Amino acid sequence: MPVAIDLSAPGGVALALLPEILLTVWACVLLLLAAWQHRDPDAHRRIGGLALVGLVAALVVMVWFWKSGTRPAGLPLMIALDTFRYAGAIVFLIGAILTVLLSLRYLGRERIAVPEYYALLLFAVIGMLLMGGAADLIVLFLGLETMSLAVYVLAGIKRRSGTSAEAALKYFLLGAFASGFLLYGIALIYGATGTTNLTVIAFQLSDGGLQDSALLSIGVALLLVGFGFKVAAVPFHMWVPDVYDGAPTPISGFMAAAVKAAGFAALIRIMVTALGESTAVWQGAVWWLAVITMLIGNLIALAQRRLKRMLAYSSIGHAGYLLVAVTSGTPAGASAFLFYALVYTLMTIGAFGLLAALGRDGESEVLIDDLSGLAAGRPWISFAMAVFMLSLLGFPGTAGFIGKWYILSAAIGTGQWLLAVILVLGSVVSAGYYLPVIMNMYMREPVERRPDLSASVDLVGAARGVVATAVVLLILLGVWPNRVLDLAVDGSRDLRAPALVTGTSP
Amino acid sequence: MPEIVGWVWLVVLLPFFGFLANGLLSFVAPRAKTAVSVVGVGVLVASFGLAAGIFGGLLGHSDGAPFILTFWHWIPVGDLQVDVAFQVDQLSAVMLLVVTGVGMLIHIFSVGYMREDDGYARYFAYLNLFVFFMLVLVLGANFPILFVGWEGVGLCSYLLIGFWYTEKVNADAGKKAFIMNRIGDFGFLIAMFLIFKTTGTLVFTEVFGLAPETFAVDGPTITAITLFLFLGCTGKSAQIPLYTWLPDAMAGPTPVSALIHAATMVTAGVYLIARTNVLFAMAPLSSAVVAIVGAVTALWAASIALKQWDIKKVLAYSTISQLGYMFLGVGVGAVASGIFHLVTHAFFKALLFLGSGSVIHAMHRAYSATDRHEDAQDMRNMGGLRRWMPWTAGVMWIATLAIAGIPGFSGFFSKDEILAMTFARGHDEVLYYVLWGVGTLASLMTAFYMTRMMLYTFHGPNRTGERERDHLHEAPWVMTAPLLVLAAGSVLGGLLNLPHVLPFHGWLTEWFAPVTGLGEFYRAEMHLEAGTEWSLLGLATLIAAVGIFVAVRFLRPAKLQPAAEAPEETGFGKVLFRKYYIDELYDLVIVRPLVWLSDRVLWRGVDVGAIDGAGVDGSARLARGIGAIGSWLQTGQVGTYIFIFVIGVVVLLRAVSGP
Repeated sequence: MPVAIDLSAPGGVALALLPEILLTVWACVLLLLAAWQHRDPDAHRRIGGLALVGLVAALVVMVWFWKSGTRPAGLPLMIALDTFRYAGAIVFLIGAILTVLLSLRYLGRERIAVPEYYALLLFAVIGMLLMGGAADLIVLFLGLETMSLAVYVLAGIKRRSGTSAEAALKYFLLGAFASGFLLYGIALIYGATGTTNLTVIAFQLSDGGLQDSALLSIGVALLLVGFGFKVAAVPFHMWVPDVYDGAPTPISGFMAAAVKAAGFAALIRIMVTALGESTAVWQGAVWWLAVITMLIGNLIALAQRRLKRMLAYSSIGHAGYLLVAVTSGTPAGASAFLFYALVYTLMTIGAFGLLAALGRDGESEVLIDDLSGLAAGRPWISFAMAVFMLSLLGFPGTAGFIGKWYILSAAIGTGQWLLAVILVLGSVVSAGYYLPVIMNMYMREPVERRPDLSASVDLVGAARGVVATAVVLLILLGVWPNRVLDLAVDGSRDLRAPALVTGTSP
Repeated sequence: MPEIVGWVWLVVLLPFFGFLANGLLSFVAPRAKTAVSVVGVGVLVASFGLAAGIFGGLLGHSDGAPFILTFWHWIPVGDLQVDVAFQVDQLSAVMLLVVTGVGMLIHIFSVGYMREDDGYARYFAYLNLFVFFMLVLVLGANFPILFVGWEGVGLCSYLLIGFWYTEKVNADAGKKAFIMNRIGDFGFLIAMFLIFKTTGTLVFTEVFGLAPETFAVDGPTITAITLFLFLGCTGKSAQIPLYTWLPDAMAGPTPVSALIHAATMVTAGVYLIARTNVLFAMAPLSSAVVAIVGAVTALWAASIALKQWDIKKVLAYSTISQLGYMFLGVGVGAVASGIFHLVTHAFFKALLFLGSGSVIHAMHRAYSATDRHEDAQDMRNMGGLRRWMPWTAGVMWIATLAIAGIPGFSGFFSKDEILAMTFARGHDEVLYYVLWGVGTLASLMTAFYMTRMMLYTFHGPNRTGERERDHLHEAPWVMTAPLLVLAAGSVLGGLLNLPHVLPFHGWLTEWFAPVTGLGEFYRAEMHLEAGTEWSLLGLATLIAAVGIFVAVRFLRPAKLQPAAEAPEETGFGKVLFRKYYIDELYDLVIVRPLVWLSDRVLWRGVDVGAIDGAGVDGSARLARGIGAIGSWLQTGQVGTYIFIFVIGVVVLLRAVSGP
């Protein structure tokens, strides 16, 4: 029975925002608890568990929304009630849950016993949910800032570490700079169309006459700059290696997966819902962003010797692939994004989780060469790592392959042949840094520098469960993706602006 | 639909379970030969029983429309829908019986033949797997499923040719078979692409239904499709020009030669043409090519068989020659006759191979008993074996009379029918009179070389060796019993499709009418007067008798010397013995230039020079360069980052503001 929610009534808005409200209240409670139990060294673990409860509750509400076919009665004014919001939210929530599970032990080990960590994580997730569900540019900006502020702090949560503090400050400065562009872009778009509601923007643009508006073009360009920063598109990516390097490893994974996915979800919603019929304005620009992001990200990753930095640059390359999905500007592209975002979340958080198990002190010192001969001592760890690398590479039989395949088919569906070719070339280049990881583990003798590595690998409890789950799901989705693909297709079906759909009939 | 037809999946799955069980046993308990035999043979017996039931169910079913059983959607991509589906109709039911029936007998024979082998479990695993794929091939309801079976039997053939892989020559023979088949498969694939492009489907019933409205009769498209299909057939069924792998394939165990390289797999090409007979009927040019290639191959291979000394080589060339007859049959449009010959050939050629296996088995045991290393397959080392192996000699004579075409035996009826149909076509086109002549000449040679083989093997004085002679014995019952069953088939198989002039004629032709009916419209009428038919029957009898007589009259087994002391062949005999030097020719014209190209140009030039040098090393240098620039820019200074950021903004603004 589909539920229609009246968004003009306060009760309706509250119901529509139920997951966000739930999480906000819960995060405040956790914050109070954290303040209360500050002296207890085990408090962070308890609060981590409670954070999981909140995330799972929000997940359940989102699934219920989707299952019951919840939709708005009338125009979505501020918050969208469509499958894309639910699907995106589920991906972010899964990413957050996996991150919490990875962190439970990590924080104690690295002596970052800060219970507020989990409250901040929840705030970041709230921001993401708003980004993915915003029907209005202002709500979107609010979500983005909520998320960013929380993540700035998370990046620097290891207060005793100089690099962590430096990373946080850099991220904050550059993020503030980029937010300025984003806000200015929103202002210009408002100036051009007289509204910040995505559906109404689409309606205004369909009237014609605005296509050549310089105000609109520049507004969109500045919007792209803001998002380019969040999703780590070249040349707005310079912060990525430094920040990922300095942040605690589970947070690096969280940033690479969930934060990026949230940025893309918002970007895709704007491009498809508001500007879906005005592709001429933005498609060329995104095309170029996609190309240089894929090329630069993958090429610089080749030159990296440290695993964490390699993963950072690899995440830039993957941002390029997702930009290809954006370039298509169609619901097919959005479906491809949803599937890839889920897969990418699994493999990235899995890979960072393994990295967290391999090293100490932020893990930034683990070289790819250090993995030599790991397979002899730790066959299962090596197998998991191999699966993550192959999936990131897009090897057939893994979910990464299917994900890339659907991005390619979305690109080709809109005639973007050259872009598809460049994507494949980028993947070829990426083999040059993913495969050496596997080669080192399986085909080399252990190195002098880290003879004890295989003995010191610390993967127990929840983290082990996270890695195992990710491996199983990646292989499962690689050979039997049908069900999830259907969901991804369903997840993008209402994305086109409704005004345009009805506008075709007289 | 008869209820039992719904069980056809079990016929296919049983051998697959056999493969899994024996495959597992080959790893965990390779010595458990009893278990392997029970599983390996048991699944075939069950499969055959069920297949017979299905055939019976089909007999009582008068309608004639094929039953399509769809199991699941395999490849749904856009317009392409490939289902895992089986088609049970008159044609696949007959093939089902041949594959499981002859397969079962050969499995039983293998229990005795392979008993001493260390790879017993592995052998039965492969053999079961082969039957599985062969059944998929004949049952597939669309081209891709057929192709899965087609490739699968090729794989099993490769594995079994190289079964004794520790000797390089066996492994090489396996590779040769595989590679030559790939050339044919290329044709098959192109044909499939063309069919999909023109009709938009790959399901047999749909393609054949759409064919009349899609293709122009004798048009370029249909001709191309059928010629590419036939290229696939020449590879799988060892026809000119891709036949040279089959004699080498004799490197595998002899029951394998009987099952794969005589009775079943190599007939897949004939089956494919019978299956697609509508398409071939619409492409008279392609059909003529099939008939010509078939007839020429029949003669060509028969002439090579005249001078071979290896008993299995004689049979291998004989198989190629007989396959040529089948292609002649389906090429002239006598689809039922082609399949008829396929069935009778499965009986007598399997019998001949198994009989030769029995002989080789005995020879091998004799030589290993005295530790002598002589060729156990060379007929010059045999002679007079009928004294030790009367049963084997008896049944092989039956098969010889069948293949030579002595009236009453199965081969007489099937071969004669193909030649008669060819003759009938000659009424319209003289070409077919020529092909009839070629086929008749080949059948004269067939009678001669088969008699020669029998004389040198079983008659005259024995040349095995003084001490070895005491160790020659008849094979155990587990090997001779299947021979007797096959002998019965070789005698009685002709009853399936008697000539028009006899009572109870043409049962198989009528049985196949639903399969061949669609193409009948495009084919020329093939009718013979009773008088002509009688004369052709008489002539065929005479030809066979002459061949046998000449062999008995002029060959002198008594003068033969053992292989080690035998003189070199001379003159044309040497040309025949060396198989017209075709292998050498292929080596010179195709293999060597190709290897040279691969070695000098592709490897040293393109791979090492261009790809490794410029491509890999160059791109690595380029990547390092870009990486270095990237690292250089990655100063850690926020100011630098913002500088680059702003450059990006400027470029982006330029990009959206248009040219």
